[in-house]
Amino acid sequence: MAAVEMRGLKKYFGKVRAVDGIDLEVRDKEFLVLLGPSGCGKTTLMRIIAGLEQPTAGEVLIGGQVVNDLPPRARRIAMVFQSYALYPHKTAFDNIAFPLKTQGLSRDTIKEKVEWAANMLGIAHLLDRKPRELSGGERQRVALARAIVREPAVFLLDEPLSNLDAKLRHAARDELKRFQRNIGTTTIYVTHDQVEAMGLGDRIAVMNAGKVRQIGTPHEVYHEPADTFVATFVGTPPMNLIARDDVMIGFRPESFLPKEVYNAHDDLVKFQFHVRRIEHLGSDRLLYGSLKDKDDTPVIAKLPLTVSVQVCEEKDYEFAVRTGDLKFFDRETGLRTEARL
Amino acid sequence: MATIAREAHKIRWRYLLDRERVLGSLLISPAIGYIVLLVGVPLLLAIYLSFTNAISGHLEADFVGLKNFRTIVSDPIFLQALQNTFIFTFVSQLIVVILAKILALALVKSFPGRPLARFLILLPWVAPISLTTLAWDWVLGASNSSLSVINWTLRAVGVLGPTDWIYWTAFPSSAMAAIILIHVWRMLPFATIILLAGLTSIPQEIHDAATVDGAGFWRRLFEITLPLMLPIVAVAVLFGIIFTATDMTVVYILTRGGPYNSTHVLASLAWQRGIFGGQLGEGAAIAIFLLPLLVIVAFLMLRLARRTEVV
Repeated sequence: MAAVEMRGLKKYFGKVRAVDGIDLEVRDKEFLVLLGPSGCGKTTLMRIIAGLEQPTAGEVLIGGQVVNDLPPRARRIAMVFQSYALYPHKTAFDNIAFPLKTQGLSRDTIKEKVEWAANMLGIAHLLDRKPRELSGGERQRVALARAIVREPAVFLLDEPLSNLDAKLRHAARDELKRFQRNIGTTTIYVTHDQVEAMGLGDRIAVMNAGKVRQIGTPHEVYHEPADTFVATFVGTPPMNLIARDDVMIGFRPESFLPKEVYNAHDDLVKFQFHVRRIEHLGSDRLLYGSLKDKDDTPVIAKLPLTVSVQVCEEKDYEFAVRTGDLKFFDRETGLRTEARL
Repeated sequence: MATIAREAHKIRWRYLLDRERVLGSLLISPAIGYIVLLVGVPLLLAIYLSFTNAISGHLEADFVGLKNFRTIVSDPIFLQALQNTFIFTFVSQLIVVILAKILALALVKSFPGRPLARFLILLPWVAPISLTTLAWDWVLGASNSSLSVINWTLRAVGVLGPTDWIYWTAFPSSAMAAIILIHVWRMLPFATIILLAGLTSIPQEIHDAATVDGAGFWRRLFEITLPLMLPIVAVAVLFGIIFTATDMTVVYILTRGGPYNSTHVLASLAWQRGIFGGQLGEGAAIAIFLLPLLVIVAFLMLRLARRTEVV
């Protein structure tokens, strides 16, 4: 078990600043998610922690020790790759046994530990199969077993669910989270999927262009975004942003509801909303349209099933947002500012 | 009705090439024609000739059964050539595979000047073999030892006295070594490129996983890289064996089978007997002697390549 700390980490590939000055602390036993669009540097950051890349500048500490000069095998980390990177010519057993074999453990110890890991992940009956004979979900478990088998101090998971089909992903997410709680290993998890990030992370570090834009609990990242990037990256559909003088005003689609829904004493800001198109998504209705302001700002409203107000396409309605649900951002920098109305 | 039928007919012809069976057959037919005419016919002809007493200039000849084969297996020159072919093939392929693997490992890493290095390594493959063998002839001094670059260098640095000569191609064993050396030099680029392709086809994540799992260079090489490259190595060796076992250029230009027919391989001996000596039947028998063995080798190698197909 160990905390992981990054101090002033930079990694440049020629002129490309993949990681551009990152200070981040992952607490012991924490599940931290690195969330960002592809190319934001999250995978590079993870590869630096693993020791697969050398940083251009800065330090990585694992358990309080600077590990910059340690090779990957001396860092007490285990990594699960996006493709799982199972050794195709080895059986599941030999795949899981490989990190133990490199430590020179005895055959009996290896067998015991492989069986322990396999039982924990429910793949004991698959041990003599080759990776190509396993389903996507089974491969993922073998990859996880290979990672836990030597009881690492830190888990690094690089989009391990992205190769599973949508149905399996929910089950796998739940399982992964329970599993991490059980073994309590510090975990850094890379993903571009904000639903995964919200569901799994104790905290989320939102990254863009090589920098951490915000770090916080899923609740903080969702409800108190630090800037317009986080505001629009986290949440589907993204937060609506409208320009007013020198600020951007943001509100979530689910906070943007017909005026009738609110109580008389609610403190509201009202908008004239022209609904262009309606999507019925079962549990919600998504209304695409624009505000009747000078820019015709495009906005989206998300009405839960409990809102039964009749809405038609190509009509104008009076919608409103609670004043408390409005977020304000500086128009220049995109950073959060004080409420200004 | 008639117009509709005509329309249908027209449409059928217009989209003929969109049908996979038609287009596929059309595209593969030149290759089949090529193989049948330039490989199949000569091969069948050679098999036929090996059972006859044909001499050059005539294709009509009498069927003599296995007489040609009986003659050659009791001929010490043939037996020597057979042994040489095995040594030549085995030793040169062994060296080629080891060197090619090392070169491929070096060339897969990126370093300044890598494109140039890759180009230079390919050069022996693109240069005409007759030309390069002549260059090697000059380096070794095979036809005129006073011209040998090696001898000249050894003398310049004082290893050899002013009247000492090394006759590289004058003794059976050194001549064989010289032939193998040149052949290795010539086959190396091809094998290197194939192995390099195999090496780059292994996903980087597999190497990374092995590194994180704690494997050092040698363990990664022997437990991960080499097993994953086995199919492609098998293909490279298969090509190497077949090219080598049927090759005569180096032998023919460097030693002409000499001294005293001691460095002949089957291909050069077949050429000498059949074309120069005029005994077409016997030459054909020598030429196809290894055919069954090579067919078995090809079969086994391809099976190995398929069985270990991994991803």
